[in-house]
Amino acid sequence: MAEMTLVEAIRRAMDEEMARDERVFIVGEDVGKRGGVFRATLGLYEKYGPERVVDSPLAEASIVGVGIGAALYGLRPICEIQFADFIFPAFNQIVSEAARMCYRSNGEWTVPLVIRAPYGGGIGGGLYHSQSVEAFFAHVPGLKVVIPSNPYDAKGLLKAAVRDPDPVLFLEPKKGYRLLRGEVPEEDYVVPIGPAHISRPGRDISLFTYGMMHYYALQAAEMVAAEGIEVEVVDLRTLAPVDRTTILESVRRTGKALIVHEDNLTGGYGAEVAATIAEGAFEFLDAPVRRLCGPDVPGVPFSHPLQDWFMPNAQKIADALRALAAY
Amino acid sequence: MVKKEYLDLYYQMVVIRRLEERAAELYQQGKIGGFLHLYIGQEAVSTGIISVRRPEDRVITAYRDHGVAINCGVSAKEVMAELLGKATGCSKGKGGSMHLADVTKNFWGGHAIVGAHLPIAAGLALGDVYQNQKAVTICMFGDGATNIGFFHEALNLSKVWNLPVLWVCENNKYGMGTAVERASAVPEIALKADAYGMKRDQVDGMDVMKVRQVAARMIEEIRAGGGPQFLEVFTYRFRGHSMGDPERYRTPDEVRKWQQDDPIGIYHNYLLEHNIATEDELQKTIREAEEEVEEAVRFAEASPEPAPEDLFKHVYVSETC
Repeated sequence: MAEMTLVEAIRRAMDEEMARDERVFIVGEDVGKRGGVFRATLGLYEKYGPERVVDSPLAEASIVGVGIGAALYGLRPICEIQFADFIFPAFNQIVSEAARMCYRSNGEWTVPLVIRAPYGGGIGGGLYHSQSVEAFFAHVPGLKVVIPSNPYDAKGLLKAAVRDPDPVLFLEPKKGYRLLRGEVPEEDYVVPIGPAHISRPGRDISLFTYGMMHYYALQAAEMVAAEGIEVEVVDLRTLAPVDRTTILESVRRTGKALIVHEDNLTGGYGAEVAATIAEGAFEFLDAPVRRLCGPDVPGVPFSHPLQDWFMPNAQKIADALRALAAY
Repeated sequence: MVKKEYLDLYYQMVVIRRLEERAAELYQQGKIGGFLHLYIGQEAVSTGIISVRRPEDRVITAYRDHGVAINCGVSAKEVMAELLGKATGCSKGKGGSMHLADVTKNFWGGHAIVGAHLPIAAGLALGDVYQNQKAVTICMFGDGATNIGFFHEALNLSKVWNLPVLWVCENNKYGMGTAVERASAVPEIALKADAYGMKRDQVDGMDVMKVRQVAARMIEEIRAGGGPQFLEVFTYRFRGHSMGDPERYRTPDEVRKWQQDDPIGIYHNYLLEHNIATEDELQKTIREAEEEVEEAVRFAEASPEPAPEDLFKHVYVSETC
């Protein structure tokens, strides 16, 4: 097994899937000759040619729209949206078209489409290169939303997404592209879409999170472990359709729940997790469900201190865990 | 063309007309709910274009799709049942008027978000390029769609990638109630194709034979690898944008003037003048078309509603999710 960064694991997943299945191709802005803004597709243009690593015009609605059409045709497109912030011109295509095709056609049309998009703050990208967009899309039945937190899962989940018969929005924590490292098997494997993963067992508090925040959640769990607080970290991995069983079983064991995401609080994904717990594990709770999220401001500001105040981090998560433990 | 083919086009146009007249009645009776956009007056457009496609050529259109469905070979029964939201409809009642579809007929649907199906059409055509197939994607839309971003993105991309698409703008002079010249900086819509270096043409959409001739040439040029082309078809809807349109934006005189150019009447006279068919034969064809539509109405009304559990079917391909 080799150690890889997150972005290397993502590249490896695409490379393997393209080698395995000729129907798989990549389309997006600068994915070809340039190898992608984050170099996720580096070398694939040279290996598979311009027909399979397609540089598109700067037009997100069409990148996704063409992907939908090609998927309906029977191909397996991987559309890259350069930054998740740029996905909104394609919102209609994703929400009104991709997610609805199977339903409107009674299963006759399928859209085996993957849309990859780097999301999240912490890299000084400012208001339009730092957004978390998962809440908009996790709301949409017919669409699957997946966010890996580590290289192993990234490779396995992306391969699963390419093989999935439904449209999958694959959000990649861009701050973690080179920061997140881990062992990744050379061989073919998939991590199934759907199940959450308990990445650290514990008996005192359940901590639900995903993507980049999972990295800080593990750090925070380690910090408070020294103080005798045993945190169970649950990496949700798939936000839609969500693994309610794992969420509820964890809370029934611990009696306390903290949800962490960097997307802003109100109407965020954490609200859905909290509601799931309230509905399914109310009588097991020993404390109110808590959320630690990005603040309700219109975007992640540029200035480093402002960005730091925006972003949850290990220290903030540890503080929230201590407060919950003391409740 | 042999005589049977001429009469078949006539038959299709009459089926569309009668089907929609009956649909309007059923709507007034409250048997069809929601929205109903009639194609009456525009029948020659889709009839002409689709008559020259090959089976491998796919058709995708906007929400004014009843006629397109019939021309693609969806039965009047399945169309009428869908209009009534019945389980026997071509979309099993999930789609309704604006979302007819039948992939087995290579009819990729009516689409209700204006312009949103244009990038999808480009993607279908990209599939043919990717798989080295010689099919053409025929993408129809209204004049209103030419002002939305999807249109410009899709035309640009189709030309850059040399995709085999025939873009067909059905210019019926109004985007809902707004006249083309009040909404489009360039009211001669075909000129928009010039911005994308695309070969273009215009045709009288009230004359099915003219539409056929132009479409046949363009489709075969596209099939030969010449890249996408743009066809503007001049037409007119005799009814409102949808049922319940007060039509304050146009005068009865204007509507009457266009109704004199009824596409079925023009074709009727063409068939007589060219001694292709006799009046008796045409009347017989009309009766047959009417019978098919009446049978479709009976079928649709007698058909069952979808079952409540159908609500949850096909959210995902894998129902286990």
